[in-house]
Amino acid sequence: MTRSVNDNNRKLNNRRNFGTILMGSPYLVWMAVFIIVPLFMILYYGLIDRDGHFTFANIMAIASPVHSKALWLAILLAIIATAICLLLAYPLAFILSRTTLKRSGFVILLFILPMWMNFLLRTLAWQALLEKTGVINNILAFLRLPPLNIINTPAAIVFGMVYNFLPFMILPIYNSLLKIDVNVVNAARDLGAGNIKILQKIIFPLSIPGIISGITMVFVPALTTFVISKILGGSKILLIGNVIEEEFTHAGNWHLGSGLSIVLMLFIVINMIASSIFDKNREGSML
Amino acid sequence: MDFFKTKPLINLENISKSFGNQLIIDELDLKIHENEFITLLGPSGCGKTTILRIIGGFETPDKGRVIFDNTDITHLPPNKRQLNTVFQKYALFSHMNIGDNIAFGLKIKNKSKDYIKDKVSYALKLVNLDGFEKRMPDSLSGGQQQRIAIARAIVNEPKVLLLDEPLGALDLKLRQEMQYELIRLKNDLGITFIYVTHDQEEALTMSDTIVIMNQGYIQQIGTPEGIYNEPENAFVADFIGESNIIDAMMIEDRLVEILGTRFTCVDTGFGKKTPVDVVIRPEDVVLCDPAEGIISGAVSHLIFKGVHYEMEVTACGFEWLVHSTGMFPVGTPVGIKVDPFNIQIMNKPESEDEQAVSLEALEENS
Repeated sequence: MTRSVNDNNRKLNNRRNFGTILMGSPYLVWMAVFIIVPLFMILYYGLIDRDGHFTFANIMAIASPVHSKALWLAILLAIIATAICLLLAYPLAFILSRTTLKRSGFVILLFILPMWMNFLLRTLAWQALLEKTGVINNILAFLRLPPLNIINTPAAIVFGMVYNFLPFMILPIYNSLLKIDVNVVNAARDLGAGNIKILQKIIFPLSIPGIISGITMVFVPALTTFVISKILGGSKILLIGNVIEEEFTHAGNWHLGSGLSIVLMLFIVINMIASSIFDKNREGSML
Repeated sequence: MDFFKTKPLINLENISKSFGNQLIIDELDLKIHENEFITLLGPSGCGKTTILRIIGGFETPDKGRVIFDNTDITHLPPNKRQLNTVFQKYALFSHMNIGDNIAFGLKIKNKSKDYIKDKVSYALKLVNLDGFEKRMPDSLSGGQQQRIAIARAIVNEPKVLLLDEPLGALDLKLRQEMQYELIRLKNDLGITFIYVTHDQEEALTMSDTIVIMNQGYIQQIGTPEGIYNEPENAFVADFIGESNIIDAMMIEDRLVEILGTRFTCVDTGFGKKTPVDVVIRPEDVVLCDPAEGIISGAVSHLIFKGVHYEMEVTACGFEWLVHSTGMFPVGTPVGIKVDPFNIQIMNKPESEDEQAVSLEALEENS
């Protein structure tokens, strides 16, 4: 009796597994063709030279002064931009999570609204605004104030990163704060905790998954960007993203571009591993 | 009852509270005594949880005062009050282990490490969860989590423990177990429990005093026996246990006319020819041979309930709810007898304020 039930269960499980695979197959094909295959192609190109011989030279090329400088600058700017995003986003997300849903929804919409416009357009708009003879400097000159000379500096790139990626920091933190049960906060207050203790011992620790998720979602695109640095940083400041883009487009050296991409991916993987260690519950791993 | 002689520990004076333009509590007075297990009982929306939140400090009344141990604490924030709350869905800190959860209040008060350690293991012993310090809340069952929530509150040695439907999320068997557990805890600790529930059985089992509420008003305060045996109005009779509530006419002292037939009863002082409500508990309706009954009718429904049979008897145009260990098949002509002391006479509600709303009407409205 028991055995036949088990057999039936197994049959049912098999059928269910088959169904799952069938339903999932379009995604599997998609992932194979557009994610796995390109990754292997990059790995392949990165590990051979122009004559098709196996080599580490493309990867070791990161050690050259120009490349390593571009990598460290990219990491530095991405860290600064992520930190600024976090400092701006956390208080805002906290305030929003405390207001009524109706009003917070509107403010959230305001922050997401720019994302409906093209990323490139927005960044080009900031170029026009920040230029030496741009809109902002014209207004400053009209007010007889000193001009703002940040276009084509690292500061402008960080500004562009913060502007473009801030919503990706706000939303996961807002979500994680929203998930905190009011009664948990009430319980802490009931047990004698004042506002500062509640923030420090309850609200902040419970929002860590959101923070981790936000950091990942800002740091990774900031690290790999080449559009923001190109438009707001001029041609003088090279980030690793620009170097790779140059190799693929103008220089036509796919091997070197792939090699440097592998190095960059390594840093992203390190970031991901670090996040998953902090975010044990995996609550915030998705937006 | 001796606790009525001790001075009240908590005194609610003339409390009113509304949310928006909805009046939740209207000019309520309530005294809670030391070492009392008091239950606020009523249907949802009756204001019982709001009272608990006012005592806990999570709501401020629009009007009135909360006196605790002779001090006015109406505007004191929760973290400054000498009482602790057990919340409905446990509200444990999911990022801390059980030990840290229970130690939370003591750490805030900067107690020494040794003191905290002793206290935590003592509290865990009290709730029968020895050695659970290192476990995480989400690895515990609902009943265990509820015990931890109680341990986390009582470890601070509050004078009063507020419990907001703490057993609501548990299944029936666990709920019954926890009821005994709570009574034991209360006796061990010797503190006041203020308990909020909509479950009349829970209230009857555990309480010293039950406060029955409806629509922001206290309907009756009394011991479980007092409230069950002598409900003051039809709402209380309907809410506590099952009952037959019938329109009747008090003919004179000790004589009441129910559905056109005169029954002897034991109540006096209602005057002559006064309209009243009569409550007869289903277990007090005695079925007998039609010739022997005061009135007679026929069985129209029969359900086996385990301990007893539940029957409906149509007699004099009224469906009598009857609980009996004897079984009468549907269609049997039966007589109905009621002992005089089992007929509970109640005044009809006079003003709109005292209007006792039946549960069915309430549910239809909400």
